[in-house]
Amino acid sequence: MKNKFVFRNKVLLIFFLTLPFLLLGLNTSSAQEAGEVKALVDSSAQAPASPTDVVAKDAPNDNGHAIVVMWKPSADDGAGKNNVLSYEILRSDNSDTGFVVRGMVPAGTNQYLDRGAREKEDKNYFPSHKNFYYKIRAKSDVSFSESKVSAPAYAFGQWFHTGKTSIFLATAIFTFFVLLFINMAKKGKELYVRPIAGIDAVDEAIGRATEMGRPILYILGLGSAGDLATIASLTILSRVAKKVAEYQTSLLVPVADPVVLTVAQESVKAGYYDAGRPDAYKEDSVWYITSMQFAYVSAVNGLMLRERTATNLYLGAFYAESLLLAETGNIAGSIQISGTDQVAQIPFFIAATDYTLIGEELYAASAYLGREPLLLGAIKAQDWGKILIMISLLLGALAATLHFDFFVNLFRIKL
Amino acid sequence: MRWQYPLLIVFLGGLFMAVQYFVPLEFSERIYEYALDWIIIVGVFTMCLGLWSLFRVSLAKIQTKAPAWGYNYITLAGLFAMLILGPAFGIEEGKPFMTLFWYIYTPIQASMFALLAFYIASAAYRAFRARTMIATILLVTATIIMLRLIPLGFLSGPNQWAVNWILTVPNMAAKRAIAMGIGLGGIATALKVVLGIERSYMGKD
Amino acid sequence: MGFYERLMTLDRRWVYLAMALSVAIPLFISFQVPPYITPEVKSVYDFVESLKQGDRLLLAIDYDPMGMAELHPMALTISRQCFAKGVKLFFVTLSQNAPGMCEQLVSKVSKEFNKKNGVDFVYLGYKPYPGLVILSMGQNFRISFPMDYYGTYVDSMPIMQGIRNYDDMKAVIAFESGWVADSWIADANGRYKISVGLGVTGVMAADYFPYVQSKQIFGLIGGLKGAAEYETLAKAKERSASRGMKVQTVTHAVVILFIIVGNIGFFMSKKRKGKTE
Repeated sequence: MKNKFVFRNKVLLIFFLTLPFLLLGLNTSSAQEAGEVKALVDSSAQAPASPTDVVAKDAPNDNGHAIVVMWKPSADDGAGKNNVLSYEILRSDNSDTGFVVRGMVPAGTNQYLDRGAREKEDKNYFPSHKNFYYKIRAKSDVSFSESKVSAPAYAFGQWFHTGKTSIFLATAIFTFFVLLFINMAKKGKELYVRPIAGIDAVDEAIGRATEMGRPILYILGLGSAGDLATIASLTILSRVAKKVAEYQTSLLVPVADPVVLTVAQESVKAGYYDAGRPDAYKEDSVWYITSMQFAYVSAVNGLMLRERTATNLYLGAFYAESLLLAETGNIAGSIQISGTDQVAQIPFFIAATDYTLIGEELYAASAYLGREPLLLGAIKAQDWGKILIMISLLLGALAATLHFDFFVNLFRIKL
Repeated sequence: MRWQYPLLIVFLGGLFMAVQYFVPLEFSERIYEYALDWIIIVGVFTMCLGLWSLFRVSLAKIQTKAPAWGYNYITLAGLFAMLILGPAFGIEEGKPFMTLFWYIYTPIQASMFALLAFYIASAAYRAFRARTMIATILLVTATIIMLRLIPLGFLSGPNQWAVNWILTVPNMAAKRAIAMGIGLGGIATALKVVLGIERSYMGKD
Repeated sequence: MGFYERLMTLDRRWVYLAMALSVAIPLFISFQVPPYITPEVKSVYDFVESLKQGDRLLLAIDYDPMGMAELHPMALTISRQCFAKGVKLFFVTLSQNAPGMCEQLVSKVSKEFNKKNGVDFVYLGYKPYPGLVILSMGQNFRISFPMDYYGTYVDSMPIMQGIRNYDDMKAVIAFESGWVADSWIADANGRYKISVGLGVTGVMAADYFPYVQSKQIFGLIGGLKGAAEYETLAKAKERSASRGMKVQTVTHAVVILFIIVGNIGFFMSKKRKGKTE
């Protein structure tokens, strides 16, 4: 009897000792179940207020592998003893379970761009056209709270980047001007373009070389065949080659890019053909040296000093080697005409060469030399484009001063 | 008809690249990257053409004993040394290829770059003469900019202010204007090539 | 030929000799050139000073041996300043001639501060096509750099845990001697909105002032002078840029002297010609 009494008391003791923990476990599990439907609050410490109004939508102007998540910050953001320190952005492909952290932003932020790779094999692959659900976790230093789950959102690509609208419109307007003036030139309208000293000097420089019996050196610069300055220089080269063929002078064209080599050879050959002297064209007059900047300059400088070229034409994309070329040409006693769109090198050419084509004058030079109406039309279009830009600048300065933001915002670009 | 195919390729390629810039879709990105890859592949093959051109011209000068033909021997020796040593021994640090690069090529390159110091001095001495009003303005501006590196005592402050003003106001205005002109000229040049108005790069029969 | 005509047409070899002496002599004479601190350089210094322990900074070492004289001192000083503050550094290089140089810089500075690779810093290495790499890092560093320069998978490194892209960095400071600076501004700052600071060569500095004004970059260190200013602000122990400023100061003074001499010759000979006519 006594043993039964002791045993019963032991059981009761064990039961009452474990009861609080059982009750706690029940409460916790019910809180967990509730948390999957409503906002989860960590009950072990004072949690900050939850963020609200979580909205997820497709990120605009992209390739369809990003979603923007926005929310209203927690009431404890930036204040109070439950001060929010950061937000975690959680994502799942269903509204109930499987949420993983996608990123973290500091307090004070109410937006996050969830993006990933477009390749399926990539670990960070972000599928497009697939629904995702988001929730935001506000974290203080000891606790956290979560928002409700957002409505589903999926990422998709856009056909037109609206942030580049102003670029598109400006390009379209300018293209219209180019086509308009080319059309006017085709119909025989006389188009006046101002004289440029450097371009007028090309004829004189070629004549000088012929009289002295020394060759002409033409440097296309260090740009690739895709650079606009190189393209412009190649078009000038064919016109120079035509004049050189007419004057029966020799032309040397060392190049620094193999693709440019092939195009330069065709340009020079075209010039000789236009002059009616295809037999005078020597393929070895256009040759490749090296693509390394200072090795190329060393070779060209040596060539200038040995051949004592009468005329040096530096037309294209140049970098640090511009002054090395120009000064060596000066030592050799050559007349020098330069032109580049590299703004940093223009001062060196102005100081060291006889004539300089600044920026767009290089692009216009081929039209000046050939005097073809279609090409002159493009120059007139550039002039009108500049007038439009000047008017926009003046209006924009006035609008910004008067806080007329609508006009200023028309020119904004969001890449 | 023979010239129309290249012109059509140029037109379609130019049009696609222009349109692609405004279309952010995935297929647009993929085609753009594919085109870039092809540009690189074509570039690598044209390197062979370039090397052949260099070899042929140097050999011709050696054979005809053209002026300074000895330099062409050095050119060919350097070319073949790097072409052979690279694949034969590798291009990691410590291998002959990198040894030649760091201990011959790099010092020569640095020396050529250092020549700029001398050339700037001789160019400045020759060019900065007060011949005209514009030349005088250029001379005075250049002198003010150069003076910022020289301790001028109590004049350093006003000089720095002047330098800052020159760099952030007229210099910036001029560079922006030149950049705008280059932008417009670039579009016009690209349009001329894409529309087939400018076709001297195609050569003639 | 009169004296003034000779002044005007001085043989360039005298100019070269004077330049050679003005470069060589200051290296052997000890004197100080007090730097004038410009706001653009101070902006970079103030930003780095505001970083706290554990903050993350991306440093792009994009210069080649030619730009080393101007850019290496600023890269060294900023790296040291960051390590002293306990800032975690992420090094990357987008210039094909820079990997070896960057590796030397990383090894040197990390040894000085006893910093551990993979914990306190990581050197991601080099990849070609700088524009594409800058864009890809905006999505995830691992797209271009699944492994670091030494061949270790970045996911196995403690420093890379939780790090995905620019959003996890405080800023990027790029040391540039070429056009890649434009990509950092247009792509990293323009598209991904990360703060960008630049260290550039002296010739390039004038081109990037507009970006400071438009706040597309938060600061600009231009050339050897900029590097010397930064060394002064940071109270650096090693002051190679400041030593180089001695040479730059003297050579500039010599060039100005030659310009004055040339103009004296020009005006006096013009005056003489006027008198004789």
